[in-house]
Amino acid sequence: MHNLLDKVRPHFEKGGRFPKMYRTFEAFETFLFVKGDVTTRGSHIRDAMDMKRTMFHVIIALTPVLLFGMWNVGLQHYRAMGEEVAFIDQFLFGLIRVLPLVVVSYASGLIVEFIFATIRDHEVNEGFLVSGMLIPLIIPVTTPLWMVAVATVFAVIIGKEVFGGTGMNILNPALLARSFLFFAYPAYLSGEENPAGNFVWTQAPADQAVDAFSGATPLAVAATESTIGEASVSQIMESMPSALEMFLGTIPGSVGETSTLLILLGGLILVATGVGSVRIMLSVVAGGLFMGLLFNLFAVNAFMELPVYYHLIMGGFAFGTVYMATDPVSASQTGSGKYIYGFLIGVVTLLIRVVNPAYPEGMMLAILFMNVFAPLIDHYVVEANIKRRMKRLQAVGEKSA
Amino acid sequence: MSEIIHIKRGLDIPLRGDADKILQTQPRSANYAIRPTDFHGLFPKMLVEEGDKVKAGTPLFFDKNNEEVVFTSPVSGTYKELIRGAKRRILEVRIEADPEDEYVNFGTADPAALSRDEIKEKLLKSGLWPAIRQRPYSVIASHHDTPRDIFISAFKTTPLAPDMDFVVNGQEDTFQTGLNILNKLTDGDVHLSVHGKNTMSKAFTEAKNMALHRFTGPHPAGNVGTQIHHVKPINKGDIVWYLNVQDVIIIGRLFEKGIYDASKVIVLNGSEVIKPRYYRAINGVNISALTDNNIRKEEGTTPRFISGDVLSGEKVAPDGFLGFYDDQVTVIPEGDEPELLGWLIPKLEKFSVSRTFFSFLMPWKKFRLNTNIRSGERPFVVTGIYEKVFPMDIMPMQLIKSIMINDIDMMEKLGIYEVAPEDFALPEFVCPSKIEMQTIVREGLDSIKKEFE
Repeated sequence: MHNLLDKVRPHFEKGGRFPKMYRTFEAFETFLFVKGDVTTRGSHIRDAMDMKRTMFHVIIALTPVLLFGMWNVGLQHYRAMGEEVAFIDQFLFGLIRVLPLVVVSYASGLIVEFIFATIRDHEVNEGFLVSGMLIPLIIPVTTPLWMVAVATVFAVIIGKEVFGGTGMNILNPALLARSFLFFAYPAYLSGEENPAGNFVWTQAPADQAVDAFSGATPLAVAATESTIGEASVSQIMESMPSALEMFLGTIPGSVGETSTLLILLGGLILVATGVGSVRIMLSVVAGGLFMGLLFNLFAVNAFMELPVYYHLIMGGFAFGTVYMATDPVSASQTGSGKYIYGFLIGVVTLLIRVVNPAYPEGMMLAILFMNVFAPLIDHYVVEANIKRRMKRLQAVGEKSA
Repeated sequence: MSEIIHIKRGLDIPLRGDADKILQTQPRSANYAIRPTDFHGLFPKMLVEEGDKVKAGTPLFFDKNNEEVVFTSPVSGTYKELIRGAKRRILEVRIEADPEDEYVNFGTADPAALSRDEIKEKLLKSGLWPAIRQRPYSVIASHHDTPRDIFISAFKTTPLAPDMDFVVNGQEDTFQTGLNILNKLTDGDVHLSVHGKNTMSKAFTEAKNMALHRFTGPHPAGNVGTQIHHVKPINKGDIVWYLNVQDVIIIGRLFEKGIYDASKVIVLNGSEVIKPRYYRAINGVNISALTDNNIRKEEGTTPRFISGDVLSGEKVAPDGFLGFYDDQVTVIPEGDEPELLGWLIPKLEKFSVSRTFFSFLMPWKKFRLNTNIRSGERPFVVTGIYEKVFPMDIMPMQLIKSIMINDIDMMEKLGIYEVAPEDFALPEFVCPSKIEMQTIVREGLDSIKKEFE
């Protein structure tokens, strides 16, 4: 196997037939083999962990959510059509719908990554392996494929490459792709029915659905009913799926965001392996709970009275907490900064959800908003460290004076 | 007396091949060498010509930028050749050893009766001055300075480090003489740091003329940089000196016997060594005298010889020489074989601080780690792991980034004066982006030194 690679390698090297494809070749080579490169200076031994493995573990943590998302797509479809079919049919229906999203997201994003790696002549970074999986999980299954491609390319170029590539970006690329869609094609990303006559959140033509099926997400229900102003909190809760359903995830929503249970499982994997930041996850939840309780306390309208735990299982809160807020590059990079960053994400999410009727979901905007603020938070944490050092210097100066 | 300082953040890398506590006298090697590259920033100017006879203590070369600092031969013999590297840089000054050593006589002296300048002069003339290094910058101390304090670490926590209790055994008095001398070089204290539980030797715990500190915890608790940070951190403008325990002993010998006797106890270990042992050897020894017929031969693996420890040591040839500051030769396997899906398959012989390999399930296991980098270099992505192995109130990633963009002002603010490359060995080890932090820190120290010269 490796001999084969050695044989074709000269074609890709300088003077070969495809020198421009060298970075592409290298990416595949390093995917198949860990190279025999050895240390020359500094530490002679290195931790076995590398970027590929880090990203791979996020993918592992995403797998249960992805599989559940596929099944749920099928489930919601047949519910809308009022048909009862076997579990495997539900899953296959979802598989056929979700897989193209994944393929398109990966293909369009990786092409951009490979082109930039070639232009800049650096190794292909592994970061997109995760972004490429996240994008299909945070959009409605009904999103047209060309939109997915456009959004992904936009996110990779504007969100990442213009800043210098993986590790340099300010915003979370996957969320940037989603927000691009959200603002460029709002009709496909929110509401109940998209311009193609389909439900937004469920793969089913709206005019063929059974009457009892509304297709609205719980958050949309809460937002609409509370702005109408008539409904009491118990009425809102009645028109929503039950808390158990929301926790398990058998509700309409973006492909991967619905099952809080499996997202928790993914979160456990990330925390147990040490890949995801437990500080951020916990502080996002703390921020959400804090703001939720504050709303309960003042409870001016029915939405504010909603039990606080509802917010944790509705919409993208759990998914954003576990997979999005923890992106190490766009999050705060300092220890204490992570607490502040996470807490504020929780607070801002609920603020947008409850106080701003224009956007039913606040998680995406809250994370992007805090992405922008993360460097500022870090700046103050670093300043505090510097001040401690200056103080020490002054203390010594006074003593000797 | 002093309370114990617990170091919490750090990492002990469990390597296979620890040495038995057996001390052998190593047969004299045919040649010895001084490596000017051991002394960062040194511009050597030769004082001898090829074929000259030298004694132990005869000056071989001096520092062009600092002419009083001379480097002397560790053995008596014939100055044979100069090994040069790229740009004609001098790598090794080789001496063909006589069967027996003759010493240059520097005269015995009672340190108590000598002035600070007389001590300095003696150390400079005998070639022992380079044993004293300073922070900031981690280079040979300037003899024009008077340091705020002097620090000595009497225990090591680097992987497979020699046991200093075992090393000092039988040389307790000489060590004390060395301490007495150092005490005259500073207006502050000579700080001696010992392990809170493991250090038993009274040479350390009951030494005089010093301030004792007790540390516990994982590596880098034994690094002098960690100790300085927790005992009395370096502020801008401060200069502290630091030495190895065995160099203190060699300094003691100079005053007791009047000679430069560069013999010390070194340890040969690592997973590829058949009989890992302690040896009594002379500085600059050719390591092949230790390793011949003592290295495992295995199909498909070549050994890597390291003068020093696996984290900050120097790669040397199989017939290379022991570095000036080193008391350890480690031999581990090279990792030059490509591995199919190596990033994916968790093998038992892989060690990681992250819990993505099985190594965290087997805390008792000792590993045979090789030199494979495991990935190409990437930008910083993962955060928060460097801090876990860096027990100083310094932000490692932010400091490294400030060095990368050569922001002198920021480096200073973030505490570069306190650190040396070796302090970043563990962050470098754990870095999943495989960033060469020790090299970067050295570059940062260089540019900041240049700025103030």
